[in-house]
Amino acid sequence: MPSEKIDIDYVARLARIDLTEEEKVTFAEQLGNILAYVDKLNQVDVSGVEPMAHAFALENVLDDDEPGPALTVKDALRNAPAQRDNQIVVPKVVEDA
Amino acid sequence: MEFTADIGLEVHVQLKTKSKMFTRAPYHYGAEPNTLTDPVVLALPGVLPVMNKEAVRKTVLLGLLCKCKIAERCKWDRKNYFYPDSPKNYQLSQYDQPICEGGEVEIEMLGASRNVMGEHRMVQLTRIHLEEDVGKLTHFANDSLVDYNRAGAPLCEIVTEPDMHNADEVFAFLTALRNNIVAAGLSDCDMEKGQMRCDANISVRPKGQETLGTKVELKNMNTISGVRNAVAYEIKRQIHAVTSGEAIHQQTRRWDPVSQVTTKMRDKEESHDYRYFPEPDLMPVSIGAQQLKVLAKELPELPFDRQRRFMETLDLPYTLTSVLCPDKELADFFEEALADTGGKVAPKAVANLIANDLLRELSGGEEEGRLPLSACKLAPAHIADLTVLVEDGVITKQIAQTIFTEMYATGKMPSTLVEEKGLQAHSDDGELESIVREVAADPKHEKAISQFKDGNTKAINSLIGPIMKATQGKADPRKIQDMLAKVLG
Amino acid sequence: MSDIIQKTAAELSQALAAKTVSAVEVAQAFIARTEAVEDRVKAFNSRDAEWTLAQAKASDERRAAGDAAGPLDGVPVALKDILAVKDQPLTCSSRMLENFVSPYDAHVTELLKAQGAVLWGRLNMDEFAMGSSTENSAFHTSRNPWNTDCVPGGSSGGSAACVAALEAPLSIGSDTGGSIRQPAAFCGVVGLKPTYGLVSRYGLAAFASSLDQIGPFARTVEDAALLLQAIAGHDRRDSTSYKTKLPDYRAALTEKEGPWTIGVPRECFAEGLDPEIKAAVQDAIAFYEKDGHTVQEVSLPMTEYAIPTYYILATAEASSNLARYDGIRYTHRSKNAADAVDLYFKSRAEGFGPEVKRRIILGTYVLSSGYYDAYYLRAQKIRTLIRQEFMQAFESVDTILTPTTPTPSFQVGAKEDPLAMYLNDIYTINVNLAGLPGISVPCGFTSSKLPIGLQLIGKPFAEDELLAVAHRYEQAHGWKDAVAQL
Ligand SMILES: [Mg+2]
Ligand SMILES: [Zn+2]
Repeated sequence: MPSEKIDIDYVARLARIDLTEEEKVTFAEQLGNILAYVDKLNQVDVSGVEPMAHAFALENVLDDDEPGPALTVKDALRNAPAQRDNQIVVPKVVEDA
Repeated sequence: MEFTADIGLEVHVQLKTKSKMFTRAPYHYGAEPNTLTDPVVLALPGVLPVMNKEAVRKTVLLGLLCKCKIAERCKWDRKNYFYPDSPKNYQLSQYDQPICEGGEVEIEMLGASRNVMGEHRMVQLTRIHLEEDVGKLTHFANDSLVDYNRAGAPLCEIVTEPDMHNADEVFAFLTALRNNIVAAGLSDCDMEKGQMRCDANISVRPKGQETLGTKVELKNMNTISGVRNAVAYEIKRQIHAVTSGEAIHQQTRRWDPVSQVTTKMRDKEESHDYRYFPEPDLMPVSIGAQQLKVLAKELPELPFDRQRRFMETLDLPYTLTSVLCPDKELADFFEEALADTGGKVAPKAVANLIANDLLRELSGGEEEGRLPLSACKLAPAHIADLTVLVEDGVITKQIAQTIFTEMYATGKMPSTLVEEKGLQAHSDDGELESIVREVAADPKHEKAISQFKDGNTKAINSLIGPIMKATQGKADPRKIQDMLAKVLG
Repeated sequence: MSDIIQKTAAELSQALAAKTVSAVEVAQAFIARTEAVEDRVKAFNSRDAEWTLAQAKASDERRAAGDAAGPLDGVPVALKDILAVKDQPLTCSSRMLENFVSPYDAHVTELLKAQGAVLWGRLNMDEFAMGSSTENSAFHTSRNPWNTDCVPGGSSGGSAACVAALEAPLSIGSDTGGSIRQPAAFCGVVGLKPTYGLVSRYGLAAFASSLDQIGPFARTVEDAALLLQAIAGHDRRDSTSYKTKLPDYRAALTEKEGPWTIGVPRECFAEGLDPEIKAAVQDAIAFYEKDGHTVQEVSLPMTEYAIPTYYILATAEASSNLARYDGIRYTHRSKNAADAVDLYFKSRAEGFGPEVKRRIILGTYVLSSGYYDAYYLRAQKIRTLIRQEFMQAFESVDTILTPTTPTPSFQVGAKEDPLAMYLNDIYTINVNLAGLPGISVPCGFTSSKLPIGLQLIGKPFAEDELLAVAHRYEQAHGWKDAVAQL
C-alpha cells in the first residue's frame, strides 16, 4: 500500500475544490491519519478473491427502449443559477476538456 | 528520407434508439433546446441509470458486423472528469470489459479508374464499447450555453489499431464503416448531425523504423472528406516538422475546415486521471452464445460481400455494383425489382435503369446528395414493369425514357401509362413499311440510299431518325433497319 | 391532542379506520407538538404545514368516499432531507442545495403518496449523509430528545429525533454505514436498514451507491414493519432493485415464532465497548436463551477491517456521486468565478462543508492514478471476504446479535477527530458492506438516561424473520413505552 504523503494540491485539483491553505494543512494531516489506519488492509491476504462491486449479483438488468415523458423546459431549468434562450448559461469555457 | 504515417481512429457513432442510453427520456435529432431531458439526464440528486436494452443489442450487432469477439460478460465504469456538457461530471462508459474486442472492417482503395475495382484490405479494430453522449455547448463572446438534449444518447465508440497509413485509407475506412452500419440499421451515421464523429491519432516515423512516432490527436472533423483533408494535412505537417529538425509534441490539434489547417488545441495535459471505477448503479451484462446466434441472423449481407455476389452471380459490371451496393436501400430496391421481372430481364438492364435513370432523377442535377428512395413515388415493381415492357418489345427504349420521366413524376405504373397514352411499339409492319417507303422516297436521302446500295451499310442510319419521328418513337430501331433493308434491298 | 401523538402508527391507523379520529386531527396534533418542542429538538430543515394539512384533508375525503388507500392512509410520515419530493425543497443539509426544489418524486415518495401517507417536513441530517451526529449539517445540529445537550446520532439524526420527540409517528432515513441504526440507538427508537436492493434508491441523493439503503424509523417494531411494507418492492428505475415477492411483514411478527438460533460474534464485545451497553446486550442475550432460542457464538474476524474498507469504498463512490454538484445546472453557483473551470473550484469550495470536502478528497485520492489497485480494488476484495464470512455464519444461525453502537450518544462538539467519529460505526458498517438487513431496537438506558440500542442482523431479504426476532424482544421489555421528556 502506498504510504507516501497525499499530494493535496493535485487531488484537490482533480476533485475541483479550492482549498484554503489552512484546509490543505488540516486535511493533509487528517487524511494521512486515515490512510495510516487504512494501511491495516494490507494484512489481509486477498489473493484469488474476486472484487465485490455490488451487494448481490444480478445480471442483465435492461429496460425497454420506450420513450417516456421529458421534463418541461421550465422544470428542467427550474433550479438553474443562470439561463438564457432555454439553455444553461456558464461562464466562458476555456478549452480544457 | 521517406516516412510512414500511422493512423488510428476513435469513431463515435450514435445508435438509433427511441430513448436514451440510461433512461427513458426521448431522443431524436433537431429538438428545441432542453426539451429532451428528465431528472436522470440532468443528473438531479437521487437519479439512477438503467440500461437501454436496444442500445446493448445494437452494439452487439455492430460487434458481429465487425467480426469482433463479443464479451461473454461486460460491465460499465465511471469515467470521471468535469465539463459543463457532462451533467454527472462522469461519463458512463466501459473501461476494461468492453462489449466487443478486436474485429476488422474491409475497405476498398480507389481503383486505377472509376471502372476498375480497387485493392481491398482489412483494417483492424481494437475494441467497440458502449457509452453515453454529452450535451452540446454553444460558445459566445463572454459565455457559453448548454443544451442537454443530446446528453445521455447511446454512443458506440469504435477504436481502431494504428492500422491506416494515409488519408485515403482513412477515407475508405470511414466510408466502409458507415455503409456497413447504415446497412444494418444501427445508425444513420450523418456526420453533420453529429451521429458519427471521428478523432484521429496520427504519428509519423522514418520508413523502416519499428516504433511508432509521437502521436497527435486530431479533433473537430465534421465530414468524411474533412477527415481525409485533415489527416493528409497533418501527415505533411509532421513530416515537414521532423525533416526540419523539430520535435513532434504529444498534443491535441483541431482541424479548421475553413483555412484547411490543423492548429494546436492543447498539449497533452497532466495526463488525464479519469479515476475509472466500476459503476455501482449498473449490473453487468452477459451475452450468451445462443443469443449471439439469434442476433447473427439479423445481420445484413455486408456491402462488399453483396457487390462480389452481384458481380459473380448476376454478371453485373463493377461500375454498376459500386453504385448500387454501398447503399443497402438501393441494392435492396434493385434486387426486388429484378425479382419482380420474374427472370425475364437481364440484371444489367434493371441495374442500369436504377443506377443511371433513377439516381439521376433523385439527385435532381445536384453534384452531391440526393433524395432518399423513400422520397420518390417509385417502387421496385415500377422498374420491373418498365424493363419487362421493353424486353417484351411492347415499347421501345425511346418510349421507355418518356415513360420513366412520366412515372417518376406521377407514380403511375408503366403499363398504365402505355395504355393511357397509346405508346405501344409500332407492331403494324404494313404501316411501318409505308412510312419507310415514304421517307426513302424523299429526294434528300437519295445520296445515302445510293451509298447504301454500293455496300456502305451505315449510310442509311441517317434515315432512321426521320422514320422514328414519323412513328412518334414507337418503332423499334432494329425493326426499322430490317424494314429499310427489305425496302431498299 | 397529546393522546394522538402518543399513539403508534398502528394505533393511529386503527383509529383512522374506525373514524374515531380524522387525518386532519392527526396532522394538527403532530404539527402542534412540533411547534412546541422543535426549538429544542431541531429535527427539521423545513416544514410546510399547509401542504401537510392539505394531504390530510385529501386523506379524510378518500376515507369518507370509501377509498382509503391502506393502513398508512392519513398517517404522517416525515422524510429525511435527502429524498426527492416533487415541488418541495431537497437540501441534503448542504449549502450546495440550499435553494433546490425537486421537480420529481423519489420512488419511496411515490409509494408513500400512493398509499395516502401524509408527508410532513424535511428532516435534518449530516451534510450528504456524511457523519454520525448531524453536526455536519450546514444548517444546524439536531438534538437528542433524551438529552438535548447530546447529539441524536447521524446521519439520519433528524429522522430519529423527530420520532423520539413525538413530532411524527414515522420517519424515513437512509443508511450507508449505520446512519439509520446508530441514530435509532442514540434516540431510543426502532430503525431498520433493509437488505440492499429491497427498497428502491431512485430519488435518494447518493452518498455511496453500493451501500446506501432507505429504511424506516418508528417507535415500535410493528410500526417499522408497517412502513417497510409501504416502501419495499421492485422499481425498474433502480438497476440494483431486487425482484421478490414481498412477505407480509406485520403478519410475520406473530406468525414467525422460532425457535431461532441467534449468533453472537466473538468480536462483538470488543475493546471500546461501553460497559453499560455491554451489560444491556448481555441481558438481551440472556432473554433470548430464556425464551427458548439457541444462542451460539460465531466468528466474524473480518470485522476488524470493515471500517477502513468502508471508508475507501464509500468515499470513492461519494467523490464521484458528488461531482454533479458543480455550480452549473441547479446548485449553489459562486459569484466569484473567472471562467467555467474556476466556477467548479469556487462553487464547490463554497457549497460543501469540511466533512464532505474531506471525504471527496480521500475518495478522489484512492481512485487516482496509481492508487486504484492498492486501495479501491483491495477494499472490494475485502468486501467479498466480509460478505462471505457473514454468509458462512448464516449457515448455522438465523440472526446475528450485536450492540448497535459502542457508546451511547455524546455531547454536541465532543468528538472533533474524524477518525474517532468513524469508529462509532464499528458494529453497523459491515452490515452495509455485506448488503444485509439490520435493525436497532431499544435495549434500555445508561445510568445517565441515554438510550441503548440492540442490533439484530438478518439473512438477505429475510426482513420478516428479523422483524419477528426484534419484536419478540421488544414485547418482553417496556422500553417502547418510555417517552423522552421535553
Ligand atoms: Mg475515447
Ligand atoms: Zn468515447
